[in-house]
Amino acid sequence: MANVLAVTEQRGGALRKTSHEVVWAARQLADAMGGTVDALVLGQAGVDAAGAALGEVGADRVLVAEAAAFGNYAPDGYVATAAAVVKGGTYGAVLVAATATGKDLAPRIAAALDAPLATDVTGVAFAGGKLTATRPVYAGKVIEQVTLDAPLAVVSVRPNTYAVGKAAKAGALGKVAGVEAARVVVREIKAAEQGKLDVAEASVVVSGGRGLKGPEHFALIENLAKAFGAAAVGASRAVVDAGWRPHAEQVGQTGKTVSPQLYVAVGISGAIQHLAGMKTAKVIVAINKDKDAPIFQVADYGIVGDLFEIVPRLTEEIAKAKAG
Amino acid sequence: MKIAVCIKRVPDTETRVRIAGDGVSLDETGVKFILNPYDEFAVEEALQRKERAGGGEVVVVALGPDAAQETIRSALAMGADRGVLLKADRIPADALAVAKALAAELKDGGYDLVLFGKMAVDDYHQAAGPMVAELLGLPCVTAISKLELEGGKGVAEREIEGGVEVVEFALPAVLTAEKGLNTPRYPALKGIMAAKKKPIETRPAALGTVRAQVAALALPPERKAGRIVGEGPDAVPELVRLLRAEAKVL
Repeated sequence: MANVLAVTEQRGGALRKTSHEVVWAARQLADAMGGTVDALVLGQAGVDAAGAALGEVGADRVLVAEAAAFGNYAPDGYVATAAAVVKGGTYGAVLVAATATGKDLAPRIAAALDAPLATDVTGVAFAGGKLTATRPVYAGKVIEQVTLDAPLAVVSVRPNTYAVGKAAKAGALGKVAGVEAARVVVREIKAAEQGKLDVAEASVVVSGGRGLKGPEHFALIENLAKAFGAAAVGASRAVVDAGWRPHAEQVGQTGKTVSPQLYVAVGISGAIQHLAGMKTAKVIVAINKDKDAPIFQVADYGIVGDLFEIVPRLTEEIAKAKAG
Repeated sequence: MKIAVCIKRVPDTETRVRIAGDGVSLDETGVKFILNPYDEFAVEEALQRKERAGGGEVVVVALGPDAAQETIRSALAMGADRGVLLKADRIPADALAVAKALAAELKDGGYDLVLFGKMAVDDYHQAAGPMVAELLGLPCVTAISKLELEGGKGVAEREIEGGVEVVEFALPAVLTAEKGLNTPRYPALKGIMAAKKKPIETRPAALGTVRAQVAALALPPERKAGRIVGEGPDAVPELVRLLRAEAKVL
């Protein structure tokens, strides 16, 4: 019997949505392993309030580690605290959400505990005494099954892959010592522009490519995104490399992998590395002047023609549809 | 300033991947290999830091098969001084095993900075850098998009969801590079010629026990072919109708 430790993530004292996902994923794994789920909440004094509801998504215990330095992400302190908890218990797996923070944290925990690691997984199973994780590699061009053959393994779980359900568990609060260790210090978090959505998190992504002919025409993309409401602006590698758009917006193998409800590709031909980053979107719309562009092979709906005529019309019609 | 850059040989991002007969590896027939794109930013950063410091050494370290010598040569052509190949016929799927071999190589090197690309575009682990830092007990900031170094201290910025973290650390440190940290230079012909004469040491990679193994690879399900709704702006109303009535995403 081995237990599962879910390391949660808070910002400003509130747990992030991915924290519920990681606890829920830990619940499924612990049930397969015949163990219990401990959720670790790290933060400043008073963060225990944030952890109180984790029983509802599957935590048997909620371990709260408070430290003055834990307001922001404190990698060295988080690692030392998680490692101390794991060494003091009987754990078979440590789960972390594969967020910007989790992608930084999970490898450190794995190295500190000498445990094998699987990152950014979309599923994890336990059979025959081994963990097997499913993870997209080559930006999703290939799906890998990897087995972790050790008494303890560390796994980071891709956000938005576990649909969180209800699990009435005790979620009993307990305190653990927050270990203060700081080789690096997060001095501040500069917030992004108000209301700006990250391409990796938005439910609608409108992306532009070289077909826009110049950075000034991205206003077309921004306006279409605005018409959809909660939409993020994305970009192809070509326009990011040309300096038209920031790298944070790049979708594809050397950018972000996105799985929105709706992906609108405007003036993007559909290079393999771009398709790899967006083809798990639920619905894909492509607008391109070349009817043979590869983007049309993955698009559910396509319009062939001049984007400078089509996009303003589409923006108008979407705004109308949203208003109606 | 003495800087190590850990680099990797990976398939070109434009590669259409095929799975080999063993079911657990890539069919490398006809596949073009390149220096991992994120590692180019790490190499460039190292070169700029050395130039700014007015001296020092940039050492590139690659773990992989003999063919990774070509990858090392690409970094040498950009301007790195020498290379080390930690030879492993196959790069294991165990990121910690790789990190241990790299840490063993870097441990007594006296490096002020150890740089990595944010991740390799093949296995997507995004783990070797922070693991090496943990094994060596060094400060580490991952996926940095901005870096300032002064008097043995550094400030780096990294993108997080909805913002940017500003992180302080002291040297020596391990940093991993996000795209956009700088603009990597193209090797000039002179650099390519010079790279042929630069030394590459080769020794076996001290991988230790490999505990993460690929059990299977599969291609993701293909998307069903869609349809062209129409041509030009007149097709827009029909598209909007389909998005609402059929796809139900409006």
